[in-house]
Amino acid sequence: MNLSNYLVLASILFAIGTATVLLRRNAIIVFMGVELMLNSANLLLVTFARIHGDLQGQVMAFFVMVVAAAEVVVGLAIIVSIFRARRSASVDDVNLLKN
Amino acid sequence: MAILRLLELAPAQQQAASGFLQTSAWLLVAIPLLSAAFLLLAGKRADGWGHWVGVAAPGLAFVLGLGVTVSLLGGDAATRVRSLHLFSWIPAGSLHLDAGLRLDPLSLTFVLLVTFVGTLIHVYSVAYMDHDPSRRRFFAYLNFFIAAMLLLVLADSYLLLFVGWEGVGLASYLLIGFWNHETPNAVAAKKAFVMNRVGDLGMLVALMVMFASFGAVDFTTVFHGAPGASAGVLTAISLMLLLAACGKSAQFPLQAWLGDAMAGPTPVSALIHAATMVTAGVYLVVRSAPIFEGAPNAQLVVVIVGGITLIFGAIVGLAKDDIKKVLAASTMSQIGYMMLAAGLGPIGYAFAIFHLVTHGFFKAGLFLGAGSVMHGMDDQVDMRRFGALQKFLPITWATFAIAWLAILGIPPFSGFWTKDKIIEAAFVGDGWRPWVFGLVALIGAGLTAFYMSRLFFMTFHGTERWTKDQHPHEAPKLMTVPMIVLAVGSAFVGGLLSIGGAFSTWLEPVTGHHEHAEPVLSVPAITVATLLLVLAGAYFAWRQYAVSTVPVTPPLASVMTRAARDDLYQDEVNEALFMHPGQYLTRSLTYGDRRVLDAGVDGIGRLVAGTGELLRRWQNGYARSYAATMVAGLLILLVVVLAFQS
Repeated sequence: MNLSNYLVLASILFAIGTATVLLRRNAIIVFMGVELMLNSANLLLVTFARIHGDLQGQVMAFFVMVVAAAEVVVGLAIIVSIFRARRSASVDDVNLLKN
Repeated sequence: MAILRLLELAPAQQQAASGFLQTSAWLLVAIPLLSAAFLLLAGKRADGWGHWVGVAAPGLAFVLGLGVTVSLLGGDAATRVRSLHLFSWIPAGSLHLDAGLRLDPLSLTFVLLVTFVGTLIHVYSVAYMDHDPSRRRFFAYLNFFIAAMLLLVLADSYLLLFVGWEGVGLASYLLIGFWNHETPNAVAAKKAFVMNRVGDLGMLVALMVMFASFGAVDFTTVFHGAPGASAGVLTAISLMLLLAACGKSAQFPLQAWLGDAMAGPTPVSALIHAATMVTAGVYLVVRSAPIFEGAPNAQLVVVIVGGITLIFGAIVGLAKDDIKKVLAASTMSQIGYMMLAAGLGPIGYAFAIFHLVTHGFFKAGLFLGAGSVMHGMDDQVDMRRFGALQKFLPITWATFAIAWLAILGIPPFSGFWTKDKIIEAAFVGDGWRPWVFGLVALIGAGLTAFYMSRLFFMTFHGTERWTKDQHPHEAPKLMTVPMIVLAVGSAFVGGLLSIGGAFSTWLEPVTGHHEHAEPVLSVPAITVATLLLVLAGAYFAWRQYAVSTVPVTPPLASVMTRAARDDLYQDEVNEALFMHPGQYLTRSLTYGDRRVLDAGVDGIGRLVAGTGELLRRWQNGYARSYAATMVAGLLILLVVVLAFQS
């Protein structure tokens, strides 16, 4: 297997995720960007675990998935309640901390 | 010579107070103090009768003081210095100070004078302040004044004396500014207070030097240690004590407050000038005799200050038209005599105090007489508006005349027995001093005769110069009786106490015995010269102010007269030398404070606030911009790590 292919794919995924988080206004899409970044990291963990023949990286990937799932639950709940309160899922409308 | 004097001054052995009267001497201070507190706290319900409580307090103190004096007179001279321990006042490590009273001939002389004259002035005030709505408060202050003065003279340490000293200053402030709803009165009170503070500074420094040199501030220890101390230390203490005395006694150069102090009600002037306050400086110098004895230079300064003030006051008195201001200038001049005598050493101490006593009588009489004239003339004080009051105010005229003859020093009235002795003492010595001091005292007597006669003739004789609506009338009995008592005192006290040198002998346990010394001129010659000068002064005053008509408006006069009318420009000098430079200094310090210190502190504040303002822009509340910052930071970290790795 060629390591650089995996690394390039993970980087592309991470870049897409970052750009999504930074550029999109819709909170759900931003969330999806975050998931993309997490999964690119997972891909790297699994890749290096396979190369080193070590299970630790794979275990770490599972942890990341579990945490991501928990995070999605909490995050979506927040987004839903914000949407109920303000009739909008735009992250730029949630700027009460300013001033 | 100084050592010889010290030997003469060996103080009488000090003993503990014994007997009921002596051990209850603390009541002398406590009674007027309690009365003052009572009058202040009693409120309006005591308005109708409170002043009688105020009169009773100094009266009781006088009776008690008389009892203590008699009990001292019962023993022989060696047992007449008694100490009464009251309580442990400041027990602080190496500084252990007891509060106690010292009962000796000097302090008891003052107690009797202060309480006797004080009581008479209280009685007089009952009628004088009859129409004043705050008469009760007035009596409270008077009582407090008496209490503070008694504490001052009875204290057995300089620190306790200082408490009374400050109390007197406070009381004078309250009383001079009693009618403080008029601005000039309040300003006069403040002026007196501030000038007294200058003197108090001297007192404080003297206390510190004493504590540093002797480790104590009570009379016994200090006087015991004084002969062993260096001349420099003694001179420093003496000069600082003199500064304090100058402030309290209105001596040159701190004399400017006394004239303005006339803003207070007339009984206050009488009290300040006759019994309390201005006599405190003379008391301090005489009490500190063992210190001054070790510092001949300081003694010379005392004499010079006394001499300058004596002439200064007399010159100011020559030109003033305000009856109270003439009397104030005369007090300044007479206290100058006492200071001069006190500076002469053991030869003068007894006469300084003796003159103080007789002066207490005739000056109180003069002031109460002036108050009576003002009472009859609708508070007019301009002597050019008086004249021919003799037949309208016969009792005032008679009492005033006796006091006038006493201050002139006409025998056999009181002033003759004391002022003449001071002039004689001033002529004792060798070298140039007796001639200068003696002539100054002599000329002062002549000037005194002129200005006091001028006052007397302008007020009671000559032509009527009042305005149409004035109806002069004699004062009520409550005012005339104290005046009569004081007139009797002015007439006889000096002569009676001079029989066999009784007063000097009585003071000997404190002032030491002094052999009679021959003045450079023979005694009869001095007496005759003094009397001739006095008669000449009185004659000129009579010719100018009784025989010829006195213009109602002051005529244009020479430079000297104008200067004297303006107190010899004392206020201008003070303002130019101290007030304006002081204000300039304050202003420049304020400017520096604002421009340097404040600017620095403000600058730091502005820097922090500005930085915060800049950083605030980052906190825009948009989640995406925070995320961008995080990514940027991450990228920078990445670049840095990679750059350092390779």
